[in-house]
Amino acid sequence: MRPLCIDLTKVSAADLPLVGGKAAALGRLACAGLPVPQGVCLTTLAYEHYLDTTGLRQRLPLLLERKPFNEMRWEELWDLGLRIRSLFLNTPLPEKLAAEITAGLPLRLACAPVTVRSSAPAEDSVTASFAGLHDSFVNVLGLPAILDKLRLVWASLWSDRALLYRQELGLDPAGSNMAVIVQELVLGDCSGVAFSRCPGREGLAAVEAVWGLNQGLVDGDVEPDRLLLEPVTGRIIERHAPVRLHACRPASNGVVLVPLSTEEQETTPLSEATATRVLALLRQAETLFGAPQDLEWTFSQAQGTLFALQSRPITTSTITNEDSERSWYLSLHRSLASLKNLRRTIEEEVLPAMAYDAARLATVDLVSLDNDSLAVAIGERQQILDDWEARYREVCIPMAHGIRLFGQVYNDQLRPDDPFAFLDLLAGDAGLLAVKRNRKMLELAEMLRHDPSVAAILREEGKPGPLAPFSIALAEFADCFGDLSFVIGGMMSGNRKITDLLLEMAAAPPAANRRMQTDEAMFLASFTPEEQEFAQDVLTVGRASYRLRDNDNLAIGRLSQRLHEARDEAIRRQSGGGIPELANQLATGRERVSKRLTPVPPSAGFHGSSDTRLQARQLVGQPAGPGLGVGPARVISQPADLASFKAGEILVCDAVDPNMTFVVPLAGGIVERRGGMLIHGAIIAREYGLPCVTGVPDATRLIRSGDMLTVDGYLGLVVIATP
Amino acid sequence: MNIPAEHLSTLEELCRSQPLAALATDAVSHPYVSLVAVAVTDDLRHLYFATPRATRKWSNLARNPQVSLLLDNRSNQVSDFRRAAAATLLGTAQEIDGSAREEGMRIYLSRHPHLADFVTSPSCALFRVQIGRIYLVTRFQNVMEFHLTP
Repeated sequence: MRPLCIDLTKVSAADLPLVGGKAAALGRLACAGLPVPQGVCLTTLAYEHYLDTTGLRQRLPLLLERKPFNEMRWEELWDLGLRIRSLFLNTPLPEKLAAEITAGLPLRLACAPVTVRSSAPAEDSVTASFAGLHDSFVNVLGLPAILDKLRLVWASLWSDRALLYRQELGLDPAGSNMAVIVQELVLGDCSGVAFSRCPGREGLAAVEAVWGLNQGLVDGDVEPDRLLLEPVTGRIIERHAPVRLHACRPASNGVVLVPLSTEEQETTPLSEATATRVLALLRQAETLFGAPQDLEWTFSQAQGTLFALQSRPITTSTITNEDSERSWYLSLHRSLASLKNLRRTIEEEVLPAMAYDAARLATVDLVSLDNDSLAVAIGERQQILDDWEARYREVCIPMAHGIRLFGQVYNDQLRPDDPFAFLDLLAGDAGLLAVKRNRKMLELAEMLRHDPSVAAILREEGKPGPLAPFSIALAEFADCFGDLSFVIGGMMSGNRKITDLLLEMAAAPPAANRRMQTDEAMFLASFTPEEQEFAQDVLTVGRASYRLRDNDNLAIGRLSQRLHEARDEAIRRQSGGGIPELANQLATGRERVSKRLTPVPPSAGFHGSSDTRLQARQLVGQPAGPGLGVGPARVISQPADLASFKAGEILVCDAVDPNMTFVVPLAGGIVERRGGMLIHGAIIAREYGLPCVTGVPDATRLIRSGDMLTVDGYLGLVVIATP
Repeated sequence: MNIPAEHLSTLEELCRSQPLAALATDAVSHPYVSLVAVAVTDDLRHLYFATPRATRKWSNLARNPQVSLLLDNRSNQVSDFRRAAAATLLGTAQEIDGSAREEGMRIYLSRHPHLADFVTSPSCALFRVQIGRIYLVTRFQNVMEFHLTP
């Protein structure tokens, strides 16, 4: 019978499918007499028992097969990973299995600090490296904590990164399996990695080292000292010394980054003697495995021992660098430390500079420019917008990972039934420009609701007196947020369209904000006093990430408005007769502007026959806002469609842009083609307690304005009624 | 085993083993058939199934609670003509709440634990069918009728 637990020293090559790549390699190193921390492998059998006895084996496919994998956006993959992680978190180990695993764990591991690490059978072959894709936990103390982390390591088999990678390799996620290593934690004084062949300098070996544990190096938070060596003689060819600031050290629960002492800052963790020993260990591993290796090591001064923590072949995988989109996505996973830096950059540099550019451009009197200068202005504005959009992708999008980091920490800590309950702690942030703007609009609508005479004047397309409180408030609104004409189109429409919307809002019952499920105090109280700073930091970064993501979008929106203003001026002049210099400029820009709008393909019959008709009746998406909403569909194909939005209609769109969220208080529900829980549509729907379904493929094509819809935000269904 | 006992055992086995059944509801101008996950009680008197309230079958049931269900063990092979068994159940469906829903939920979920999120969703209705008659078809054309008096 296959065992549930195997001591690392007893692992043989034949056990690979049972113990995974990492444990097989460690077993081989241990058997060859190389220093490896003591440990056991909880085999894939434990994982299989868990899936079978808890019913997860049946539940996982229901989540995984909701939408074809290759149609999912990265954001949806992350949501999927989070839902699955939550499932594992909330599904305890059955008692019998827990007892069996406990019996297999030696007492020395159950009572001392350990690492709990993934070891998947598909991991770390010559053709594929799963380095960093699955979770590992360092400094775990005591049996309950080990059993808890065990489930998290299993869940990481289903992380977005792991799912994406397996998709690239053509591996079926359903066939994936996971073994877990529980290993004594060696408190190394310095640690690092070593490569038989330095990436990019194939003739040389490389050794990297940091003070303390090597978690910081692996996560990219601690810059290592680096030596390039001649592989056979060990002669040092190059030495790179960074500014040494931090080390990763064990804390009460896990590890933390702590500042280095002055002495450590000034001393390299990688002495020549250490480098020589590491290189010797690397060469032993290389000989043992018969291939160039990538080795993780740690050195304990007290024990006088250099330990091998992991050894894997240097991969010949070709997909790692070729797909730049994928590596860009993977690079979005940022640590708390790097997110804190990113936040500073965005708040202190990027956003003020964007606002400055938008304000500077707003002072230009476009009407007074001659045709040539106007053409130049359009080109300049396009360039500025392009530059900021590139910067946006570089710094603002990665910042969005702050929300994800917070979500994961929140779920690990509080284990709510709703894996997206954490959004409540982020939503409704008064610092959000879109929230401010939408609240202001609701206030304006409230004024109309209480003053039917003003509403009557507006309905007659008249204008209330300039000193009427409503007129003053509307002027203030336009000063702060623009007149929305860049969103809903209608150049020269002045305030006409916004007043139409306000009248509609005033006629509808006031929107109720949903009761939040959770509060900040509850989140913070779940951490120990020592962890408070971390908890506060994660929450702050999560909120900043959430707020900035919206605000930077609006900042881009303002720059985009400046471009539109210049183009509108050019179009106005063009209508009076052909002006070649403006015509050229407008022609180049048109394609790029129209690219943002989604055309509506005609609905068609099938078999090429005109007497057939294909009609969607029920569409499956993701449940993104709980509730049941019934109403006529309003399909938004272009921004101008927003102006005629009626209270109670179901907003159906390709993607809710923060610039268009102001109609949401009017909506009876939201259906969005773009998928994900962290997209604007989903978040704002949660805020207003609206039923919302996202990730509905072809939503804007299969649903027509006027179709009677039922939005089931509990189950993620959209039902289109028979006419 | 005597003949009625053999048929009863076939029927019980069918109800125990088949997770899915075809459910026919009344769509006024024609019957409307849907595939649903079912749980049949051991005494064969009740059957539970769930459906979101926005579905066509739910509307049909709201209008007319009379239903027919087909449970079968066919494998879509020629051998089915000899080996497959099919049971046609007739009964009245009722959306249940309160303690009846709790009891139904327990039975339904013990049969389909992976459908917990689905059936516990506030938009999902749980139905109990009071079974009145069952027609069991075996060996292609052998039909037995089971009457269940409420």
